[in-house]
Amino acid sequence: MSLRSPLGRALGLGSAGEGVGHWLSQRASAVALVFLTLWFFGALAGLGTFDYRTIVTWLHSPVNAVLTILLIVTLVHHSQLGVQVVVEDYVAGKGVRIAGLLASRFVHVLLGAIAVFAVLRVAFGGKA
Amino acid sequence: MTSRERPMSPFMQYRWQYTNTLSILHRITGVFLSLGLALFVYWLAALAGGPDTYARALESLASLPARLALAAWSFAFFYHLLNGIRHLIWDTGRGLERASARRSGWAVVVASIAATVLAWLAIAARFGGGAT
Repeated sequence: MSLRSPLGRALGLGSAGEGVGHWLSQRASAVALVFLTLWFFGALAGLGTFDYRTIVTWLHSPVNAVLTILLIVTLVHHSQLGVQVVVEDYVAGKGVRIAGLLASRFVHVLLGAIAVFAVLRVAFGGKA
Repeated sequence: MTSRERPMSPFMQYRWQYTNTLSILHRITGVFLSLGLALFVYWLAALAGGPDTYARALESLASLPARLALAAWSFAFFYHLLNGIRHLIWDTGRGLERASARRSGWAVVVASIAATVLAWLAIAARFGGGAT
């Protein structure tokens, strides 16, 4: 006889209280990043220069701006998921672990916000 | 009260070999790339700051220590990308046999070193050794 409630069985969640959400979004973001990072570095290599004018003009294109924002959001998400696993695996003290996880999450969201704002500012800004 | 001997996790006892080397390298490069994310954001923020801010940022990125760090980051990127694809293929249940896992492991190491070298040769050819 199982002691699990019918609802618990249907949800299929273990003692961690969550399912495969973390694992799946790590994979989904990984697949997206294969394409986004190769596109980004390929595009930069195609430009052949890093000077201000070239990069600003490049970001004025809506396609480039949108894809760069997608790259940032996906990178931040994937990085956050990865650092979370590392902290959960190697930081033993409960207090330090929770502090580390919170700090990592805050820093990731902050970096993402700065980067998205920067891209929008360039994309909507005047000509270089 | 002295603490009792606790059972150790398998990874603390197994012989060190290529499998766990590549596995821990995936995590190390991942954490290292997370630090690189801050550098990427710095570059974008400098771009949004205008031509002068951007020029100063490029100058600091062209210094020798920064260039060495960028080289390390490019290897970390290629390794994490290629080994990540290896992991995604494993997730489909393929390539887990000992022989093929060993082959793909070596392929990932060789390809990521080759890609790093090629990328920097291309950069050197384009910029004549200057990373700006």
